[in-house]
Amino acid sequence: MKFKIACLALVTSLFVLNLNAQVRHTKKHSSSGSAMARGKIVYNSICLSCHMAGGAGVPHLNPPLINTTYVLGDKAKLIKIVLNGFNEDVEINGQTYSNTMTPHSDLKDQQIADVLTYVRKSFGNKASSVSAVEVKKVRASK
Amino acid sequence: MKMKKLFVFLLPVFAIAGLILFNACKNADTKNTGTMADSTNTGAAPTAANAGLTLPAGFSAAAIAENLSSPRHLVVTPQNDIYVHLSGSNNGKGILVLHDDGDKATLKTGFANYGGTGITIKNGYLYASSNSDIYRYKLNDKNEVIDPAKPETIVSGLTNKRMHNSKSIVLDNDGNIYVNIGAYSNICDDYDKDKKGCPVLADAAGIWQFKADKLNQKQSDGVRYATGLRNVVGLDWNQQDNQLFVMQHGRDALHDLYPNLYTAKQSADLPAECMFALKNGDNAGWPYLYYDWMQHKKMLGPEYGGDGKKEADSKYLEPAAAYPGHFAPDGLLFYTGNQFPEKYKNGAFIAFHGSWNRAPEPQEGYCVVFQPFKDGKPDGKYEIFADGFAGPNKSPDGALHRPCGLAQGPDGSLYVTDDQKGTIYKITYKK
Repeated sequence: MKFKIACLALVTSLFVLNLNAQVRHTKKHSSSGSAMARGKIVYNSICLSCHMAGGAGVPHLNPPLINTTYVLGDKAKLIKIVLNGFNEDVEINGQTYSNTMTPHSDLKDQQIADVLTYVRKSFGNKASSVSAVEVKKVRASK
Repeated sequence: MKMKKLFVFLLPVFAIAGLILFNACKNADTKNTGTMADSTNTGAAPTAANAGLTLPAGFSAAAIAENLSSPRHLVVTPQNDIYVHLSGSNNGKGILVLHDDGDKATLKTGFANYGGTGITIKNGYLYASSNSDIYRYKLNDKNEVIDPAKPETIVSGLTNKRMHNSKSIVLDNDGNIYVNIGAYSNICDDYDKDKKGCPVLADAAGIWQFKADKLNQKQSDGVRYATGLRNVVGLDWNQQDNQLFVMQHGRDALHDLYPNLYTAKQSADLPAECMFALKNGDNAGWPYLYYDWMQHKKMLGPEYGGDGKKEADSKYLEPAAAYPGHFAPDGLLFYTGNQFPEKYKNGAFIAFHGSWNRAPEPQEGYCVVFQPFKDGKPDGKYEIFADGFAGPNKSPDGALHRPCGLAQGPDGSLYVTDDQKGTIYKITYKK
């Protein structure tokens, strides 16, 4: 009997430990939640209709935002794409994408920072945040 | 005491066992999801009845080829050979030749160092197009290409600015070949900021006509047969009416660009995907207007002063038929065979590739539609003919299959390509 209880306790404690880890993970995630939440709103209203809710894009037409250096790499380049639009050959994992992206320079620095932070931390992406100061700098250097 | 000792001794064992147990549960979870996904896959996989397609009574479908690399348009010879154009050229094989043995097709060979969409046969030649050129190959009496390495160039250097650059082709009965040159823009707003007239119309956004047997023509040697067409992928020559019919991909992003004029739902439904019957000199009105299939009206585009209510100038061509927004018509075929029931004769099949610009609304299309015709004109409402290509996830990246090209076999069977997973479906009818 003791044996059984001990075994159960062990499994339970392992379970709880795991849960705790998950909770902590979620908490950590939501600490940058405001930029993420604001970014999601911008994404849903501006980006989603072409890049899709999950960031997977559309085969042959609109490039994916997942696991690509266009998104995860140089922040200044990424900010420029949002400001100026994009009309160049894109090849990601052997696939090409032909649609033209319109410029979104009408968005505020903070909105661009938020949406790029959202994109760089969503859909499985794990890259650093983008700040409004960084966007301002790129916009000024245009 | 003994028990306690044993317990202490076994503690690490329990810990490991616990971990294994816990992970086993986790694995079981993922495995279950996997199995579920697998079983759904099987539901729509070619081993399923009718290759996973739903069809009208009496029709059946088979997946006669699979895993080809993005097959676009295709043509079937009287000898049951299939020429299918792939969107890219893999190892110098942009065109594949298969032989249809009935319920299965065998790959014979491949050629062409270019990918593309257009492919058709007329007067002893196979015509095929890359995204900028049109070629032809002489056929022998068995409709086999005599010299696959040496095509004749009919036209080269057609406008190719990435967006909407696929070139579909069809011939008439008077020695002319027609090719669509799609607009390299959604709605020309990026090229016509001062609204002085869209410059894209000069070298794109229309159908060009060339001599089918004259070599080495340039775009400027052709006739701009029809203009104001944003992008056409599906086109066919109507033999009954002796006229060119095309399917236009309508504009995108009414809501994204004009959120104060169009809701997301309106932007998903509008504008219509239009079928046009074309004559030399026709203007379908892109980018100045769009067609509202619910009101049956040509509407002035918001870029040019429209507000969702103002109608467009009536001088522009009226569509022959209209379909819901963003369905993406990639294939058009007039059925002239005798195998299908009488009502299908001389009617049109349309392959709708399926939408993406309906998000966040659900995606639609991903089907083959039948449009009844009478005396060479659309007659009555369209019907969904073949459905189920996408499987459970109707979305551009989640769809299992996406219909693209259409062809009719010598016995009247209907062939449909899928450029997502590379399937060729053969649809047949038995009384």
